[in-house]
Amino acid sequence: MSADQVRQVILKILSRIAPDNDLTGLRDEVPFREQMELDSMDFLDIVMELRKAYRVQIPEEDYSFLNTMASTVSYLLPRLQTATA
Amino acid sequence: MLRITVIRRSRIPPLARLKISRYLAPPVRPIGGSAVFQWTLAGNLPMTDSNQRIVITGIGLASPNGNNLAEYRANLLAGKSGVSKYEIRYIGETLAGICHFDPLKHQKKKDLRRGTRAGSISIYCASEAVADSGLNWSKVPKHRVGVFIGITEHGNVETENEIHEISQFNYDTAVWSHHHNPRTVANSPAGEVTLSLGVTGPHLCLGAACAAGNAGLIHGLQMLRLGEVDLAIAGGVSESIHTFGIFAGFKSQGALATNTEPTHASRPFDLDRNGIVVAEGGGLVTLERLPDALQRGARIYGEIVGHAMNSDATDFVLPDPTRQAECMSLALQRAGIGPEAIDILSSHATATEQGDIEECKAIRQVFGDRPSLAVNNTKSFIGHAMGAAGALELLGNVPAFDDHLAHATINLDRPDPRCELPQIVANLPRKMDRVEYILNNSFGMLGINSVVIVKRFSGV
Repeated sequence: MSADQVRQVILKILSRIAPDNDLTGLRDEVPFREQMELDSMDFLDIVMELRKAYRVQIPEEDYSFLNTMASTVSYLLPRLQTATA
Repeated sequence: MLRITVIRRSRIPPLARLKISRYLAPPVRPIGGSAVFQWTLAGNLPMTDSNQRIVITGIGLASPNGNNLAEYRANLLAGKSGVSKYEIRYIGETLAGICHFDPLKHQKKKDLRRGTRAGSISIYCASEAVADSGLNWSKVPKHRVGVFIGITEHGNVETENEIHEISQFNYDTAVWSHHHNPRTVANSPAGEVTLSLGVTGPHLCLGAACAAGNAGLIHGLQMLRLGEVDLAIAGGVSESIHTFGIFAGFKSQGALATNTEPTHASRPFDLDRNGIVVAEGGGLVTLERLPDALQRGARIYGEIVGHAMNSDATDFVLPDPTRQAECMSLALQRAGIGPEAIDILSSHATATEQGDIEECKAIRQVFGDRPSLAVNNTKSFIGHAMGAAGALELLGNVPAFDDHLAHATINLDRPDPRCELPQIVANLPRKMDRVEYILNNSFGMLGINSVVIVKRFSGV
C-alpha cells in the first residue's frame, strides 16, 4: 500500500466515524481533533477499524502517532506495506 | 383529608431546614386496614393538594402506524395496521411492527452511530414531547428535569451484534467493540436523552417487562409528587425487533404470530390468533404538577389520577387474573372512583391464548358486564411494542377525551367465547356518550402488573 492509499484508508475510516464532518479540506499537518469532532472513543474506533480490516495491532503507547493525518500515515505505512488497499 | 406537618429539628441537618410533611393525599386511601403514608421532602416546594395532581402536557411517540399523536390516532380510528413483513438474522422472514420516524430529525449521524436504536427512539419521542409541551426549553432549569423510561429489556440487540461481529473474526474478542458497555448499561436509553437534551436531573430506565410503559409514567408521577423534579419525561420504549432472540424465544414458546397477511397477524381475543407480533416504538410524555402547568397556560391532555403495580408471585410467564384484578382495583381505589366510572379500558391482551383469556377474567371480575364500558386493544394494530406498549396504548386512547370515540380492536372476526366480554369494541370505533376516565392495563413476564388511570382535564 502506498502512502496515498494509506491516507485514503484513513479518510474512509474517518468518514464513517465522523459522518457529519466534511473531510474534503482536511489538513494533514493539523491534529484531527482541531478539525473535527473526535473524542477518545472515536480514536479507539480508528484503532478498531484498522484491526478489523488489516489485522494491524496498535499498542496504546503508540496512540499519539494517530494525532494528525501525516503522523498517522507515516506510522502506518511500514505496517501496511504488504496490505492491499 | 388528614394532613399532619411534623418538623423534627434534631433529625434535620441545620442547613437544610427542610420541612417534612407527612400526610395522606386524597387519592391514597387506607389499604388492608393500615394507612398508606406518603413522605415528602418538600424542600422549597409547598406540598399542597394541587401539587400532588400530575398532568400530561406534551406527547411524543413513535409507533409502527404513526410518528406523532395525530397520525397515530387517525390510523387507529381508520383501522390501519402498522404490521409488515420483516427479516432478521437467523430467523429469516417474519412479521413486525416497524417504526418509520426520521431519526435525523433530532440526532446527528454521529449520534446514531454512537448510540443505540432504543436511545434513538427515546430521543425522538422525548424531543417531540418537549416540543409538543410548548415549554420554552432553553429556559427550563435542566437540573429539575428527570427522564424515566420503561424498558422490557435492553442490550440484547448490541450483544447479539457484537457476537455476530466477532464470529466473523473467529471469535477473537479483540474486535469486541469498546462501545458495548455504554450501549448496554440499563440506563442507556434514558441517558442518551439526557445527553441529547442537556438534562442534568436524574435519569433511569425501569426494567418492567411489558408493564414498563406504565411503570415509566408511574415513576415520573412519583418523582413529581416527591418534589424531586419539576418536569418528568416519562413513558416507555422498545427496540425489540432488532434482537433475533425475542423472535426465537417466542417461537420456541409457541407464541410468535404468523399470517400470510401481515396486517391480519395480531389478533387479540380472536379464535384464529396464533401469537405475538413483536413491535418497536416509544411513547414519552412531559408530566408536570398541575399548578405549574396552569401557570404557564399549558395544554393539558389529561390527569393521571390512579395507578397501581403489583406482582403475581406465581409463574415466570403465565398471568394470574386475581392479581391483575387486584391491580385494577387498587388503581381505582387510589383514583377515588369505582369501576362504573371507567369509560374506556385499554387492554393488554397480546394475542396469546392464555394471556387473553386470563385478562378477560380479570376485567370481568372488576367491571362485570356493564355495556357502557368500552374495552379495546391497540396491539391488534401495531403488535406488541414491549416496553413502549403501555405508554403507546394509553396515548392512542387519550384523544378520546376530545373526539369521544373508543378506537377498535381490529382483526376480531371470530371472537373467542372464552374471551367473551360484551364491551370489546370490535373492528370499528365506538361513539361514546362520555369519556371521563381511561384505564390502561399493562402486564409482563415474571408476573408484573401495572395500571394507570387518566382523567379528562376539565379545569381546576
